[in-house]
Amino acid sequence: MFCKNMLTLLKKTIKTGWLNFIRNSAISIATCFIIGMTIFLITSLLIMKDVADYLINVIQEKVDISIYLKDTVAEEEILVLKDEIAKIPEVKEVQYVSRAEALDRFVERYKNNPVVIESLAEVGNPLLPALNVKAWQANQYDAVVSFLENSPSKDLIDKVDYHERKPVIDRISAMTATFNALGIIMSLVLAIVAILVAFNQVRLAIYNAREEIAIQRLVGASNWFIRGPFLAQGAISGVFAAVGAALIFSIAIFILSPKLTVLFSGLSISGVFLSKFWLLFFIQLLVGIGLGVVSSIIAMKKHLEV
Amino acid sequence: MLKFQNTTKIYDKNHIGSIAKVALDNVSFEVNKKEFVSVVGKSGAGKTTLLKLLLAEEKPTKGRVFFDGQDVHKIAKPSIFHLRRRIGTVFQDYKLLPTKTAYENIAYVLEVMGYEDEEISRDVPEVLKIVGLSDKSHSFPAEMSGGEKQRVVIARALIHRPDVIFADEPTGNLDPYHTSEILKLLLNINNFGTIIILATHNKEIVNNLKRRVITLENGKLIRDEEKGRFVL
Repeated sequence: MFCKNMLTLLKKTIKTGWLNFIRNSAISIATCFIIGMTIFLITSLLIMKDVADYLINVIQEKVDISIYLKDTVAEEEILVLKDEIAKIPEVKEVQYVSRAEALDRFVERYKNNPVVIESLAEVGNPLLPALNVKAWQANQYDAVVSFLENSPSKDLIDKVDYHERKPVIDRISAMTATFNALGIIMSLVLAIVAILVAFNQVRLAIYNAREEIAIQRLVGASNWFIRGPFLAQGAISGVFAAVGAALIFSIAIFILSPKLTVLFSGLSISGVFLSKFWLLFFIQLLVGIGLGVVSSIIAMKKHLEV
Repeated sequence: MLKFQNTTKIYDKNHIGSIAKVALDNVSFEVNKKEFVSVVGKSGAGKTTLLKLLLAEEKPTKGRVFFDGQDVHKIAKPSIFHLRRRIGTVFQDYKLLPTKTAYENIAYVLEVMGYEDEEISRDVPEVLKIVGLSDKSHSFPAEMSGGEKQRVVIARALIHRPDVIFADEPTGNLDPYHTSEILKLLLNINNFGTIIILATHNKEIVNNLKRRVITLENGKLIRDEEKGRFVL
């Protein structure tokens, strides 16, 4: 019986909320628009976070250090050292480049420069075998170098080009850290501004209904009886805003994706969007309904004092 | 049932730069069950203030207001709806919900009180018929005349059979025919035991009623007579 009554009340509340939504169409459209913009912005920030992570990753992928080994070291010893380095937790990948391979790469790079090629023919293969090491993060190369300095295999090493590359690595490391921090701060600021704007819109809509709320109080409605339809109206605005934002976002992504793919080093924005579509849509709905309902609760508080 | 005890209401008392206005000055009276009381007085005499204090819409500056033995201003704000459901009010400025039709405005009170849909769809058309507005049930307040709005407010005030009906100038915008109909209706409701408090300027109505009359002047109760007359 209690459940049936609650269900009837819920049905009536949603129906009244829907009627209010339709009858105050101008304010409802404005509210949907503002909440929709907020959702659009928050979705963009979430997508941008993925794009930024991808770009940082692309830059970090380009960073590595080379450990040049003495030309007297046997290949077996090099492979043992390679395995040891691969075991360091900070190391993502170790690649062995033999003297012959290094020469091939060198020739390939300078094949259009006859002076270099001729000189090379005179001196033979001057290149050393090397281990190219990639760490997970740009700031982890210190750990790799310090491991090598304390390793028993230290004598096999001719030189490590870390110190030459250190300024570049440090700059990239600092840049990615700054980029991450800035991204988080900017996202937070933008999200807060958007939420405040949406809240203000709902507040205005409820301010517009303040006399109605006062009348409802005077004819004996309880606070929850009054709140119910307003919350339903807020939630309905949120749902419409989320669906609208998702629709516009999808269209925008598919139109802009080919151009953005070129801009973002081959990253397919539509791929990122599609792979996360349902999660994003869930977040959009949550943000829309949450903004509509929570803003309504806060904005109504003052008007229920009658 | 109803008791105003040394009630004083002063507006803008603490408002810097404004002059305090005494709306009610040490007013005391009681209204018992089944009574029909007319409250008369010039504009600004304090009639509407009585209603506002009774509904706990405003607090008295001094004194107390009781409803069924309970000090209405000691009731917590979130629980005040219990009191208001027992009082049917005809507001001078109508206070109709602008986004609801005449039918929905009247039905709202029943919905608030948890009436079933069947009861609502049975009672509301009946009350609309009594006040002569069957053809206006789907009209919004903005589409109705002053007299029509007043009749919707009267229908809303009586539909849930409250213990008290406080009617603040209920016939102000009505033609003589509807004035007479509404008065008959109020008397009829009163015969079933509902207290009626009628705040009015209309001398003829008060004199024809031959019921208790409370006269207010500048916020003071100057006369309280059984079977009184409109004397100002």
